[in-house]
Amino acid sequence: MSFLLDGVMNTTWQQLVMFAVGAILIYLAINKKLEPALLLPMGFGAILVNIPFSGAITQTMAGIGEVTGILDWLFTVGIHAAEAMPLLLFIGIGAMIDFGPLLSNPKLILFGAAAQWGIFATITCAALLGFNLTDAASIGIIGAADGPTSILVSQVLGSKYVGPIAVAAYSYMALVPIIQPFAIKLVTTKKERAIKMPYNPRSVGKTARILFPIIVTLVAGYVAPASVSLVGLLMFGNLIRECGVLGSLSETAQNVLANLITLLLGITIAATMKADVFVTVQTIMIMALGLLAFVFDTIAGVLFAKLLNLFSKNKVNPMVGGAGISAFPMSARVIQRMGQEADPQNHLLMHAIGANVAGQIGSVIAGGVILGLVPGLL
Amino acid sequence: MNASVVTHSLTLMWQGMAAIFAVILIIYFVLLLLGKKKKKADK
Repeated sequence: MSFLLDGVMNTTWQQLVMFAVGAILIYLAINKKLEPALLLPMGFGAILVNIPFSGAITQTMAGIGEVTGILDWLFTVGIHAAEAMPLLLFIGIGAMIDFGPLLSNPKLILFGAAAQWGIFATITCAALLGFNLTDAASIGIIGAADGPTSILVSQVLGSKYVGPIAVAAYSYMALVPIIQPFAIKLVTTKKERAIKMPYNPRSVGKTARILFPIIVTLVAGYVAPASVSLVGLLMFGNLIRECGVLGSLSETAQNVLANLITLLLGITIAATMKADVFVTVQTIMIMALGLLAFVFDTIAGVLFAKLLNLFSKNKVNPMVGGAGISAFPMSARVIQRMGQEADPQNHLLMHAIGANVAGQIGSVIAGGVILGLVPGLL
Repeated sequence: MNASVVTHSLTLMWQGMAAIFAVILIIYFVLLLLGKKKKKADK
């Protein structure tokens, strides 16, 4: 009857730490409502894969041989083989995005580029801490503030830290309302935060809405071909939304497809949260670097807006630059709230939403650019 | 710390930001063009 105690006797302290990590993720998802669709499956998955001899992951059994576990299988097929899950999720995300605020005020797209600097600053910090270039680039991409992009880039680059990177990316996305005000206040005065921006949107025609995803795909594809899968599927989803003849497909992409992939993505990522690779000093470093990436992103966006103000008659509220990250719509809401704190009559929401959707484009382009450039530097 | 990795990361920074800005600036000009077309159509 000793087999009844095999599990207990083979539990390591690292596995107990992972049970605690899983419990914390579940707590944050349920009690604090932080990205519950991802953190809850990841938290429960972290428990599943760390039970000794867990059947959820591949095990070698005496007399039988290797028995494939469902989570390892999902990871191999859904992420490792062709990054199918994060890429398919982009179709749903693209179908959810309304590029209208950006199309009506094109200048805002520049913030989607500037705020990506945080990714590269974090890569340098990770390199200074001793990570090799592929791992550093995978860690830096947490600054894309975009979970699927972080998972895809770290997986394609072959990083062994996919689990901690995914946890950091989704956790900090949920913590944007805390991180961004801190970073913005570091580099702005109250007077700057009170700058008002008139909102006079120009009307956006249907043709422009349809041409936009096609043109973005072509431009990104020719300049950064590695970004085609990311940008292309995001824009494919958006084209389905905007074409006006695929209403039911658009609805399916936004709801059924996005929900189904999200459900599986969280628990599949848990396959990478095995105690022996997760409970390390590097995981703590990755969590710290991920936080730094979000701070750098925000500061870069704000400083770029200040730079534009030196050459522009119509001043931009520098905080809008900080919304040039992919965390949508949390970042735009933060900017609106901070603008009203500085001046109750200050309404920045639509400008911030424009910068925020620009950040969604910028982050997938950044992911593709990194995938294109890193192999050449190895 | 490996000095060559840090150097490569800095190379990645300027090349990466240049590529991102190149893509975004082209899209920016396309957006301006799309806006102009719309104005002409309105007239």
